[in-house]
Amino acid sequence: MYNIFVIPLRKYKLRFHMFHPFKLIGKNTIAFIHELGKMANFLSISIYYMLFPPFLFHRVVKQIHFIGVKTTLVILLTGLFTGMVLTLQGFYVLVSFGAESKLGAITAMSLIRELGPVVTALMVIGRAGSALTAEIGIMRMSEQIDALDAMNLNPYKYLVIPNLWAALISLPILTALFNVMGIWGGYLVGVELSGLSSGVYYGAIADSISASDLILSLQKSLSFGLLIAWICCFKGFYAGHGSGFGAQGVSKSTTEAVVMSSVTVLICDYFITSISLFT
Amino acid sequence: MIEVSNLYKSFGNQTVLKGVDLKIEAGETLALIGGSGKGKSVLLKNISGLIKPDSGKIVIDQQDVSQLKGKKLGNLKDRIGIVFQFGALFDSLTVYENVSFPLKEKTKLSDKEIRQKVLKELTDVGLENDLEKYPAQISGGMRKRVALARCLILNPEIIFFDEPTTGLDPVIAATIYKIIRSLQKRRKLTALIVSHEIPGIFKVVDRVAMLHDGKIIVTGTPEEIQATKNPIVRQFLTGELE
Repeated sequence: MYNIFVIPLRKYKLRFHMFHPFKLIGKNTIAFIHELGKMANFLSISIYYMLFPPFLFHRVVKQIHFIGVKTTLVILLTGLFTGMVLTLQGFYVLVSFGAESKLGAITAMSLIRELGPVVTALMVIGRAGSALTAEIGIMRMSEQIDALDAMNLNPYKYLVIPNLWAALISLPILTALFNVMGIWGGYLVGVELSGLSSGVYYGAIADSISASDLILSLQKSLSFGLLIAWICCFKGFYAGHGSGFGAQGVSKSTTEAVVMSSVTVLICDYFITSISLFT
Repeated sequence: MIEVSNLYKSFGNQTVLKGVDLKIEAGETLALIGGSGKGKSVLLKNISGLIKPDSGKIVIDQQDVSQLKGKKLGNLKDRIGIVFQFGALFDSLTVYENVSFPLKEKTKLSDKEIRQKVLKELTDVGLENDLEKYPAQISGGMRKRVALARCLILNPEIIFFDEPTTGLDPVIAATIYKIIRSLQKRRKLTALIVSHEIPGIFKVVDRVAMLHDGKIIVTGTPEEIQATKNPIVRQFLTGELE
């Protein structure tokens, strides 16, 4: 059937999807579902291999060093300044209500329940997640993953599983460090600079924080660790599959990994918090 | 013996292999020639079990590769070595670490035994003085020789070379051919060499097959191929424009 919009556009080799909105929506929906399926398959294969030997402990230790140890300084610094700014803002609001005695509680609750796990996850994505995607992506492009496969060495065991274990082990520890530094940063601003009694500051923390808060923080950091390693490894493992080839393909996969894992962490954070509040 | 029959492979809408039939006898070296982008490497990866065909059979010693899974496919892969087009060396490992990697991961040899084996393989390919260099610090020809050493270290019975001499200068290419010839004599390997290095490749193979438009259009000894009157083969051999 003659289409007055399409024929002239084809003539000039232009493709304006705006004239085919349903086609565009359908195509993108199918692509999205296909990608989700691939990701679910990737995760299920990874979890299967996580549970069965051989366990490559030396590679897990190496990746803990890369994801955890090398991110520690960044986490300590961001934790310190997040705690400081949180306390600074909180102090001036609470003083106006005469409730500055609750400063420690607000700082610690915000850090342990929300900011600690989320900011730590975002820092790990920026420092280690992007590097993981780029490294695995380059290995895919240069046939290094095929070389592993050709040697009958399971690429999942060498490239994916160590990162999953490393992220699951590192994230809770980094989150705990972030929280401790944040509370100490709060102490510096609230007690040392603003003149609040240290007993009041720490007393409020002890009164307000319960085991369930620490468990929530742990649940979040474990979930984020799994999400980061899963998404970043997946994007690297399938670099070149729809993301272009060569350097451009790796760069696109890395960008997608960072954006997708950051957004997913924030969405997941909302749902975990919701579930924890209503159960 | 390797026998490929009626093999099809597509990527999206593009059908790369359209019914390939090919036979490689045990102990034979066969060159697979054909233009760039015609599916030679895809055929090699299908035969070696790295990718699954859409349909057709690949039988290696009575085992259909396309039907094998898990441990059985792994056992077959253990008998096969591949030298990839660009070497596929692990770029974060040194030359020594690259060649020793399969031994460390797949055998229980001591460090001393591994070192002896690695040094022997690297000496055979003339790279005994470059152990501590990284792939980025060596030339393309050296990378291919390291890849060859890494492939041979596990003594494969079948070996696939993906364009082993493409982009190399004639002296280095001759060195690679010399290594392949010496392998044939010493180890009686079954080998498939994907190449479009004409006529250099004819000196080292027993038979030649040409892949064109997704099918094998001719097979024969190097002499038969050079004497063929098939216009597509003649054009490819002489490099004449249409």
